[in-house]
Amino acid sequence: MKLVEHFQHGLNSPICLTWELTYACNLACVHCLSSSGRRDPRELSTAEAKGVVDELQKMQVFYVNIGGGEPTVRPDFWELLDYSIDHDVGVKFSTNGIKLNKERATQLARTDYVDVQVSLDGATADVNDHVRGPGSYATAMRALENLAEAGFGRPKISVVMTRQNVDQLDEFKAIADKFGAQLRITRLRPSGRGADVWDELHPTAAQQRQLYDWLVARGEDVLTGDSFFHLSAYGEALPGLNLCGAGRVVCLIDPIGDVYACPFAIHEQFLAGNVRSSGGFQEVWQHSELFLDLRRPQTGGACQSCQHYDSCQGGCMAAKFFTGLPLDGPDPECVRGFGELALAARNGAVPPPKSDVDHSRSAPRNTRGPVPVTIGMGRPDRACETSPIAGFGASANDSGLFSPAR
Amino acid sequence: MALRPESFGALVYHFGTRRLSFLKTSRLVEVVTGLERHPDVHAAIEAAGVEEAQRPAYLRALSGLAANGTIEKRHAEGGRR
Repeated sequence: MKLVEHFQHGLNSPICLTWELTYACNLACVHCLSSSGRRDPRELSTAEAKGVVDELQKMQVFYVNIGGGEPTVRPDFWELLDYSIDHDVGVKFSTNGIKLNKERATQLARTDYVDVQVSLDGATADVNDHVRGPGSYATAMRALENLAEAGFGRPKISVVMTRQNVDQLDEFKAIADKFGAQLRITRLRPSGRGADVWDELHPTAAQQRQLYDWLVARGEDVLTGDSFFHLSAYGEALPGLNLCGAGRVVCLIDPIGDVYACPFAIHEQFLAGNVRSSGGFQEVWQHSELFLDLRRPQTGGACQSCQHYDSCQGGCMAAKFFTGLPLDGPDPECVRGFGELALAARNGAVPPPKSDVDHSRSAPRNTRGPVPVTIGMGRPDRACETSPIAGFGASANDSGLFSPAR
Repeated sequence: MALRPESFGALVYHFGTRRLSFLKTSRLVEVVTGLERHPDVHAAIEAAGVEEAQRPAYLRALSGLAANGTIEKRHAEGGRR
């Protein structure tokens, strides 16, 4: 069996686990995948978060991708960072840079096993701030300067590709080079508030081609979180697994401990369980009905007969779901244009599904309604994110004995 | 370096280089874990019962792991670790 088939059947533990520590955020990016803004009062406590780290260590999850919200606004963020690293769970965290002053940058430069990813969605302030809010470009630049000055080894600059910034790819690369950083570009998903702006911001078909060509020509040292695998159907496969890893090698733990199939799928339909339940995260990962279902062979549905199905595997589950397309049909950004046809055929008859998890400051509070809490130990179990697989460097399909990944 | 057993073999992770690699057969896992008990790579390969015809593939796999820093040359004895 090829390695990629093992991945389809799921692993003992995730390879790429995203853990969003808080829904609180100082920004209000228009495309926020988790509709963040306000802290959720049910957020995992410091002790509970450490319990999750213990479990990840036991399961040999070698590193986690920490995000939010803005994770660094949690007062115990630095404590959790150290705890995690001390327990053999390396940390890659995403930040808008708000807390990365000179002192923190120096602290990070002294810390092993930590990767920092600064979000930037425009190579110029006007493009960036249009999406991420006024002042956010300056904040990111200051953080990158502080990291460079402190001698922090190779931070990443993480860019969500939009209609407005595809033309800036070379400029992003120049910014990364200037700060001694590595560029990481990922796909805009219609998840969270991203659904509200997807029509306006997702790259046009011509831009997708441009993006693909750029990656093939200049993408050698550029990370993609394996998020553009739907573009592999253009021809040469992009480096990576080229497979939807949701629930198979990827999942998300959200700030209140809910476990979703992927960071881009915060919706009841993709909720597998909660780390507060009796079996903890391991039980959810290994035995939840949803994850077992996602690990069963997929048919390919309407895409089955397409000659490119082997390269794109039908694309991104979350992108289809939140644009109201069937999960076994084409990706909305299918390079052959079948997604656009499918989108046009929706005809507004049924609105696309919307997540009921919304912490936007503009949203009504407590949108999911009160949650029953039993008194005593633990909390009740509740009825049920390339991410993405971070930067797999080599083809997983080759028949060799060993595959490097990065 | 840490090994995590999986159905295909194992994931191997090096905390220093932050490199994640996949060992795609359980025999390769045996070879890699045996490296520290044996004087050199050939002894580890033999001890794991690798067929002679397969030896070049295993040597290639080990040199791949060495190239990305997951395993390294043992200095004192001149073997690999």
